[in-house]
Amino acid sequence: MPQPIRLKDHERDARLVRRRVIVGAVAVLLLTCVLIARLYYLQVIQYEYHSTLSENNRVHVQPIPPTRGLIFDRNGVIIADNRPSFSLSVTRERAGDWEKTLDVIVEVLQLTPDDRALFERRMKQGRRPFEPVPILFELTEEQIARVAVNQFRLPGVEVVAQLVRHYPQGAHFAHSVGYVGRINEKELKQLDPVNYSGTHHIGKTGIERFYEDQLHGEVGYEEVETNARGRVLRVLKRTDPKPGKDLVLTLDVRLQEAAEAALAGRRGAIVAIEPSSGDVLAMVSQPSFDPNPFVTGISFKAYAELRDSIDRPLYNRVLRGLYPPGSTIKPMVAVSGLDAGVVTPATRVFDPGFYQLPNYDHKYRNWNRSGDGWVNLESAIMRSNDTYFYDLAHKMGIDRLHQYMSRFGFGQRVALDMFEESAGLMPSREWKRARYRQAWYPGETLILGIGQGYMQATPLQLAQATALMANRGKWIRPHLAKTIEGQPPLDPNPVPDITLRDPKFWDYSRFGMEQVVHAPRGTAHKVGATSVYRIAGKSGTAQVVAIKQGEKYDRNKVQERHRDHALFVAFAPAEDPRIAVAVMVENGEGGSSVAAPVAKQVMDAWLLGEDGQLRPEFRPPQPLAEQQSANR
Amino acid sequence: MNSNFDRTISQEDVLKRRATLLQRLHIDGWLLLIILMLAAGSLFVLYSASGKHWELLMKQASSFGLGIGAMIVIAQFEPRFMARWVPLAYVVGVALLLVVEIMGHTAMGATRWINIPGVIRFQPSEFMKIIMPATIAWYLSRHNLPPKFKHIVVSLVLILVPFVLILKQPDLGTGLLILASGAFVLFMAGLQWRWIVGAVAAVVPVAVAMWYFVLHDYQKQRVLTFLDPESDPLGTGWNIIQSKAAIGSGGVFGKGWLLGTQSHLDFLPESHTDFIIAVLGEEFGLVGVCLLLVVYLLLIGRGLVITAQAQTLFGKLLAGSLTMTFFVYVFVNIGMVSGLLPVVGVPLPFISYGGTHLVTLLSGFGVLMAIHTHRKWIAQV
Repeated sequence: MPQPIRLKDHERDARLVRRRVIVGAVAVLLLTCVLIARLYYLQVIQYEYHSTLSENNRVHVQPIPPTRGLIFDRNGVIIADNRPSFSLSVTRERAGDWEKTLDVIVEVLQLTPDDRALFERRMKQGRRPFEPVPILFELTEEQIARVAVNQFRLPGVEVVAQLVRHYPQGAHFAHSVGYVGRINEKELKQLDPVNYSGTHHIGKTGIERFYEDQLHGEVGYEEVETNARGRVLRVLKRTDPKPGKDLVLTLDVRLQEAAEAALAGRRGAIVAIEPSSGDVLAMVSQPSFDPNPFVTGISFKAYAELRDSIDRPLYNRVLRGLYPPGSTIKPMVAVSGLDAGVVTPATRVFDPGFYQLPNYDHKYRNWNRSGDGWVNLESAIMRSNDTYFYDLAHKMGIDRLHQYMSRFGFGQRVALDMFEESAGLMPSREWKRARYRQAWYPGETLILGIGQGYMQATPLQLAQATALMANRGKWIRPHLAKTIEGQPPLDPNPVPDITLRDPKFWDYSRFGMEQVVHAPRGTAHKVGATSVYRIAGKSGTAQVVAIKQGEKYDRNKVQERHRDHALFVAFAPAEDPRIAVAVMVENGEGGSSVAAPVAKQVMDAWLLGEDGQLRPEFRPPQPLAEQQSANR
Repeated sequence: MNSNFDRTISQEDVLKRRATLLQRLHIDGWLLLIILMLAAGSLFVLYSASGKHWELLMKQASSFGLGIGAMIVIAQFEPRFMARWVPLAYVVGVALLLVVEIMGHTAMGATRWINIPGVIRFQPSEFMKIIMPATIAWYLSRHNLPPKFKHIVVSLVLILVPFVLILKQPDLGTGLLILASGAFVLFMAGLQWRWIVGAVAAVVPVAVAMWYFVLHDYQKQRVLTFLDPESDPLGTGWNIIQSKAAIGSGGVFGKGWLLGTQSHLDFLPESHTDFIIAVLGEEFGLVGVCLLLVVYLLLIGRGLVITAQAQTLFGKLLAGSLTMTFFVYVFVNIGMVSGLLPVVGVPLPFISYGGTHLVTLLSGFGVLMAIHTHRKWIAQV
């Protein structure tokens, strides 16, 4: 049915709109009546209730902070708990002239003007009306008594019991577990103000910071009725807080202590990983510090001492210490060379004590000046022969070398839950162009092959690369949290395994590592001589000062702090690896002589029982006949 | 009537002259009078709400000056001339919203501002408060009323694009107001009742389905807190509990100017911005709030008269939408502060402290004045 063409009919439109205006007017009136009814209800019917409420404003909502989750080691030993601690709080609205009140506090507790300035700073951080602001922590019995006696002069001041974080293990886990500290202005802007309304501390470093959300829990609150002086008369309504989740770590207190003892007071870093699970068993950065003072606020003087100490106790060497990894990466480079097809297990190179690129006269020296003669892949690892690896690196080229070493985790963050971790540096053509605006030179590839030059790795990366050797390339990110409230942490960003053309390639390189420790000419054979299990290891030195061409390395000339760092990586037992270790001893000079014994001590502590033999759970499965005879 | 020869200036003459002065300036006397009353009231209440903060008062007064200036400037434009530029303004507005969105992603956190240091700093979403209804009015006025299905769909798309962008900022209050302003144009244009009822009916099952199948637990918790803020007494609930106490304790006649306790003892955050009605309720009681509501109703009444008398369809639709949206402001703000509605950040028009919202509001009334004063004097049949 054809519609007639409709012209615009102004009169009709106007009528329509006018009708709608009337509908709108009616709606406006009705809704206004709703508002008036609501106000009538509040201001007339509920007038009594509200006026008493506001008259003395006696009902207060007080947040109840949740208890922070506990942290245990893998065997249930407590690493972080909460202790009741008494602090002094001032409620500004009740204190009247609070500046005067502060004066009285300073006088009563015999404190200094410096303390008063600190109190004033803390008072100014008040967040919501009628919120008690804690100004002094860790009150002694005597101080509590003094406040109680003078209570009449201190309106709005109260002694409050709070749970405060405590680290019974002291300095052992300062670098891995970290510590909590008072929430500062910057953090205040970023966190959820409701959930943290009763909380004064927040994770600052390490695990405490990484798992802050899980450890913190959820705030509760109570509506309380108070008298005019602020004393709580009764609780009207209470919603319990949800405590934070407990965290079980992969760390082992016993092994941690053994590892620290193995360093024997030297500066350095140790990481021990269980290859099959990625569990970090020990994480040592020495010297360390006691995290407890940081919780309630460390004095400026004490902090300055830690900060300015020449030994750098605050410096997390495991995660932030960047060192050229030296010869420790040779096993990984060897595996890469095999997979890339530039060498075979049988490839031999003659070592006269140095290596020269064709058409260059620069001599790239082997550490052993007299040369090792003919070497193949295994003996090159065993002797830590530089010449062989110069040659291998030269054949591979920077691009392939960069690609393979990146797959071993170099130049990227490898851990699952350690936010302080540095990525280190695995140089490439692109990196050098961006950083120095220069092309890549072949000579730079050579020194990369022996882990020197631009390359920088953290002890954690070395341990992870070693665990990958032990694991034959299976990637599990190293992590510190074993379970959170019984749940293992999930890796949101898993790394693909390293798969080789032929899995046997792992074995050649691993056998070379075994030779390092157990063959008579191996660089670390002294360690192997005393070992009851087979160790696969590799020593290395991280150069601190570049030595000029032709100059002899003179240890007397170089100050102790400028000596090379000693490195050793290892896993054991070689046939069925249960632990992978990376050791770095600052200015220790000899990888084999200094770092290797430390690594062995750590592995012994993990693998051996009281009787000096492998623990039963680490022994290879016995043949059936032997088992039966043992049972008889 | 005075003859031309009579030179004595009578009272009537003066009035006429004034009228003509206002007419020449394209100002609607009624609107101006009510707005000035509200401005005076605002300064009066703010003085108390801000704790006798003189500088703040001066800032508010200068914002009023700026806003009224903007209103008078806008009133000079022909509505037809406005209609011509509306589509372009809409495109520019949406583009600015996109810029803010992208900047928000690149800069830290959410942002609502376009900030060219030293030149200008403004919120595109404010700009949309006027452009949005104008765009829909322009679009619908080109066709016959009531709008056909096709036109409704196009209008909805035009409304939803800026709405979604503003929602992402995230600024729920402004987003809903802009949505409402567009919807009111459709309503004024005679959108069939069956569509309106249908839309409302459709929202319910969609919401229920979302609740059960889409939302995560924590999001549900947020929605519940939003609908019942008092379940979260440490967050938004605190403000509501306190503002109800403030209003309730005012009683019928209030405690008197400057004598409110709730607002002065820092119990009530935002007492001079979104929650200012609590101060008014506490100090002037039910009588004071009702008086304010009456003044608002006068303003809305005048707006509806302008709507009914507007000669172009564009003018009718735009004036109607602006007036109704103004009421939504009032209703949402008072409803929120008195614990009737969820908390969305909507200021109380003309009373709350804040420069941006004043300039936007007064610009809107400038548009109303333009629509009313540029009518052709043809005999109304």
